[in-house]
Amino acid sequence: MAITVEEVYETASMILYQNLDIRTTTLGINLKDCVDSDFNGFRKKVYDRIYENAVKLVTEARSLEMKYGIPIANKRISITPVSLIMESHCEKNKFIEMAHTLDQAAGAAGIDFIGGFGAMVQKGLTKSDRMLIDVLPEVLSQTDRVCSFLNVGSNVAGLNLDAVNLLGRMLKETAVKSKNAIGCAKFVVFVNAPEDNPFMAGAFHGVGEGDIALNIGISGPGVVKAVVARNRECDLTRLSEVIKRTVFKITRAGELVGRELAAALEIPFGIVDISLASTTAAGDSVANVIEAFGIEKIGAHGSTLAVALLMDAVKKGGAMASGNVGGLSGTFIPVSEDQGMIEAVEQGALGLDKLEALTSVCSVGLDMFAIPGNVPEETINAIIADELAIGIINNKTTAVRVIPVPGKEAGSCVEFGGLLGTAPVMAVNPFSAKDFLRRGGRLPAPVTSMRN
Amino acid sequence: MNTEKENTEKELLFITVIGEDKKGIVASVSTFLYEKNINIEDINQRIMGDGYFVMTMLVDIRHAAISMEEITKALEKIGRDLELRIQLQHENIFKMMHRV
Repeated sequence: MAITVEEVYETASMILYQNLDIRTTTLGINLKDCVDSDFNGFRKKVYDRIYENAVKLVTEARSLEMKYGIPIANKRISITPVSLIMESHCEKNKFIEMAHTLDQAAGAAGIDFIGGFGAMVQKGLTKSDRMLIDVLPEVLSQTDRVCSFLNVGSNVAGLNLDAVNLLGRMLKETAVKSKNAIGCAKFVVFVNAPEDNPFMAGAFHGVGEGDIALNIGISGPGVVKAVVARNRECDLTRLSEVIKRTVFKITRAGELVGRELAAALEIPFGIVDISLASTTAAGDSVANVIEAFGIEKIGAHGSTLAVALLMDAVKKGGAMASGNVGGLSGTFIPVSEDQGMIEAVEQGALGLDKLEALTSVCSVGLDMFAIPGNVPEETINAIIADELAIGIINNKTTAVRVIPVPGKEAGSCVEFGGLLGTAPVMAVNPFSAKDFLRRGGRLPAPVTSMRN
Repeated sequence: MNTEKENTEKELLFITVIGEDKKGIVASVSTFLYEKNINIEDINQRIMGDGYFVMTMLVDIRHAAISMEEITKALEKIGRDLELRIQLQHENIFKMMHRV
């Protein structure tokens, strides 16, 4: 059946007026075979592997943007968790040198972020994992493009509280060392981290992956908002249906670009991550989608139901559209990267407590939010531990990207610029969980039956 | 019978013109396509619910005298001159998005 004018116009409108783009094409690269007892030789192999692949990615992605008239916003690289390949070079200076090598390779190839300077520590820390955490304040403040992650828990391992307890201090040190605390925006702590997530700052190329894979992240809050706005009066069943249909379409566009890009690069196609990812561009906001449902401001009572409906519809539409759905696949609700979220916090509609509640039904967690710089490190650890407990008990990925901003009080604002946006500084509960967290150890893995 | 070139598969793209209806749209675009040896397979136009004039042209660029990049640039220029949005997109994206 021929494509109709209406169908062509629908696609063109999504791109021209509703900010539809392919949010990221992320090339996952295995670096384990680069390891060498000669550290300079090792670094050179890492640099060359990243640079050569990244240049090809950028070139081929540009050619597909032209063919399909759809912007590919970001071209990125994820690598084998760095603590793993540094086991035999476990020295502070070498870790920092390796971070600079990654930064330089990405920069030379025109890549804005390279993910994977991290470790899997859900059961315990190796010497290398510990060293990696120790150097993070230097790495995150001295490099522009290197993103870091830690996976500190999983359904089968429980939560490694000893690892969490290292993070408050690390983040506060990073914040002090980098302008506007921006180094903290490049670090995510996870439980149940997917090994094929294409989105930064948490992307890495997991040890279960092959030598190389291309992963795609689509976007589309603007497109979903437009369809919700056209369906003001329908009930929830119908609302879910119209969102599903729209997400189906945008996922198919992602699948097409992913398959063709992988074929052009002569590498396997990995996954499509169907997460709705907002930007600070006008109309490209997940909060605005929730508000189009009929909620005055995100954070109002009713918002958790709304996010749950959105999440579920996005997943159903995406799963029908692609056999390769993976990564995080849901809905991101970062504060600083979403104009509607920023306004909700500034107007008092959304606080940290409700944000945490929303993350129990969204795909990721507490993302890109600023807190006062004088919040004690134990309280930062407690915020992280709470959020990650939600993930472990509910059998899902959760994560935290928190920015303690030195010298800022709740109610003030910090400007990161570019993709990272503007963060209103949020108030934190002043009471302490210090003595509880000091117990350390590991939250046992939860039972997976008796699921009420 | 057919030459080898004619036997190659069609390479079909959609040109989408969005804006206010005015004289000369079809003439400008189709003259350009004719000059560059691009065949028009189908043309449709409609006034949409939101008031926009939308014209779609399905074109075969397999014998085109210029590259896709050059076609896109030339169409963008025609668009600027006529105050219209013109997009060029391979038909596969529409097939993927709108057909199961």
